[in-house]
Amino acid sequence: MVLTGAEIVIRCLQEEKVEYVFGYPGGSVLFIYDELFKQDKVRHVLVRHEQGAVHAADGYARSTEKVGVALVTSGPGVTNAVTGIATAYMDSIPMVIITGQVPTAYIGQDAFQEVDTVGITRPCVKHNYLVKDIRELAATIKKAFYLAKSGRPGPVLVDIPKDISAAKCEFSYPKAIAMRSYNPVIKGHQGQIKKAAQLLLEAKRPMIYTGGGVVLSNAADKLAKLVRQLGFPVTNTLMGLGGYPATDRQFVGMLGMHGTYEANMAMQHCDVLLAVGARFDDRVIGNPEHFAEVPRKIIHIDIDPSSISKRVKVDVPIVGDLPEVLEDVSKLLAASGEHPDEKALKAWWKQIDEWRGKDCLKYDRKSRIIKPQFVVEKLYEVTKGEAFVCSDVGQHQMWAAQYYKFDKPRRWMNSGGLGTMGFGLPAAMGVQLAHPGSPVACVTGEGSVQMCIQELSTCKQYRLPVKVILLNNGYLGMVRQWQQLFHGNRYSESYVDALPDFVKLAEAYGHVGMRIDKPGDVEGALKEAFKRKDDLVFMDFAIDPKENVYPMVQGGKGLTEMILSEEL
Amino acid sequence: MRHVISLLIENEAGALSRVSGLFSARAYNIESLTVAPTEDPSMSRMTIVSTGSDDVIEQITKQLNKLVEVIKVVDISEAAHIERELMLVKVRATGKDREEMKRMSDIFRGRIIDVTESTYVIELTGNTTKLDSFIEAIDGSLILETVRTGVCGIGRGDRVLKV
Repeated sequence: MVLTGAEIVIRCLQEEKVEYVFGYPGGSVLFIYDELFKQDKVRHVLVRHEQGAVHAADGYARSTEKVGVALVTSGPGVTNAVTGIATAYMDSIPMVIITGQVPTAYIGQDAFQEVDTVGITRPCVKHNYLVKDIRELAATIKKAFYLAKSGRPGPVLVDIPKDISAAKCEFSYPKAIAMRSYNPVIKGHQGQIKKAAQLLLEAKRPMIYTGGGVVLSNAADKLAKLVRQLGFPVTNTLMGLGGYPATDRQFVGMLGMHGTYEANMAMQHCDVLLAVGARFDDRVIGNPEHFAEVPRKIIHIDIDPSSISKRVKVDVPIVGDLPEVLEDVSKLLAASGEHPDEKALKAWWKQIDEWRGKDCLKYDRKSRIIKPQFVVEKLYEVTKGEAFVCSDVGQHQMWAAQYYKFDKPRRWMNSGGLGTMGFGLPAAMGVQLAHPGSPVACVTGEGSVQMCIQELSTCKQYRLPVKVILLNNGYLGMVRQWQQLFHGNRYSESYVDALPDFVKLAEAYGHVGMRIDKPGDVEGALKEAFKRKDDLVFMDFAIDPKENVYPMVQGGKGLTEMILSEEL
Repeated sequence: MRHVISLLIENEAGALSRVSGLFSARAYNIESLTVAPTEDPSMSRMTIVSTGSDDVIEQITKQLNKLVEVIKVVDISEAAHIERELMLVKVRATGKDREEMKRMSDIFRGRIIDVTESTYVIELTGNTTKLDSFIEAIDGSLILETVRTGVCGIGRGDRVLKV
């Protein structure tokens, strides 16, 4: 069948069973938009800014197991999308971004709305393509989807010049893709797995540390099985929350810069560390020299060899797909008939419970000003822990991570790697579209939410009943916290003066707005908001402007050199 | 430590910039980089000379392997290997310098491939040190210009980099 390039694009999306494309039209994608118009299998969501399109596709992908798809035009369409692409890249989110390009003959002529898309996005995509031959279009899109979701996932961009989307060609969609240069390892090395099992059995003070890889590879069940089999403590990174049930006794909380006291202490003082789909990020282990001061054996399972021994030397590297490898370790342990050292483990748990006794997440529950932690706790209660929670970046993000207990994977969406303010609201749109009827909360701050506030309009158009939980302290809170602690209380440009009336703003967009300024009203307001199943409710919580996130490890300090709130 | 990394990469537009972009983005050193298609025109072979600690070199090879278009990566300097570089030097060759320059070229097994009344172009092949030595051995004030290809390398004996 002979089709135009634009028809081929749509057919490919249909073949990939794409439900939603998030995008914004423009000159160089007009043929593609024309074809979108003529069919109803692939639904298009019109955002208000290209950054929102990519974040929405990203949120959609994070909350499902599917590839998120965004479609933008050339030039500014692309540059606006770059922040979203980089966000997805840092968190390894499977996405395909289709971009229009000026006609082939105009490339390099400084044409209107021309930008070197492949060049500009190269450092923040898993791979990208410029399609110069219509005959390669279908295969390229197939490759893009394959690359995006296989191996370590990531965004893949396909740049399509306008003449290519108008040209005609015989269409056939490849069934499978084989690339000699790209073959991700799935099965772990059996010898290494044996070594790992042995180390785990010999451990006296074991620790399991898991990251976003567990969520992305759908390894949560296999992980839970192994963790219970071993009886070891487990911690999640910010990206890994939900990878292991937060309400389980063996869970010691998130670790890292704002991790719990017990998680950071156990991480530092363990003698055998099993790292699963995590990458020893600077926000996770703090200063690597300090971390290395305590000798410990490290087993690291990851699908990306370059994540292993990058920041921390690893003793037993295992490259492979997490569910496969975790299952192999589990089976090997079961078959061995051996068990971890019970006595040592008991003593270790006693130590951990002592650390837990510090109750590092306690805060002033009797405060007459609303405490942000209290809002998140109430959000958890009101939604019975079942909500999909998206966050922006800053203090509110940490409070959401600390106080909302995620028992399931893919319930917590945040920009962990790039730390993109403005991520939360558009991501929540993608999540809500993927899960109609489910509660979706966007926990945000007055700084972050204003970075993509225009998407309230998109929410109206598509009737997305997201609940916006704005923890409004009138400051760029995390910046203010650092300035208070490390810059002599000089609050340089961290005070957001002239904030809008968020209630009126929400109403102006056709939504419901609420202002909550008393702790006693928090629960009732949340209940009412979540009862409004069809409305977007924008809840402006006036929180304590001077509240800080604790515990805290200062950048460059050791993981156990924590500042606890009580010490102030 | 100096390392010589050889790799096979799909011969596609932009492949070189993916590699060079990786080096600059991750602040890896790059001393020289040479690239040309292989006997199979769908592939290019690249030789990269880089310096760094063992950890950094390990990361470099892993990161290179991660590039979707990279087919194979080997650090050929880990074992016996051969390195060659080509240099063209244009020198002023007049009066007594003319004979002297010819002699130096012969000593280094160079070839004079262009002759005018006042200049020579000398072609010289060898490893990096040999080319450096030649530059040091001749009178620097007579050098008009030099151009070098950068290192290309190959493993000795049975060590083969092939798909």
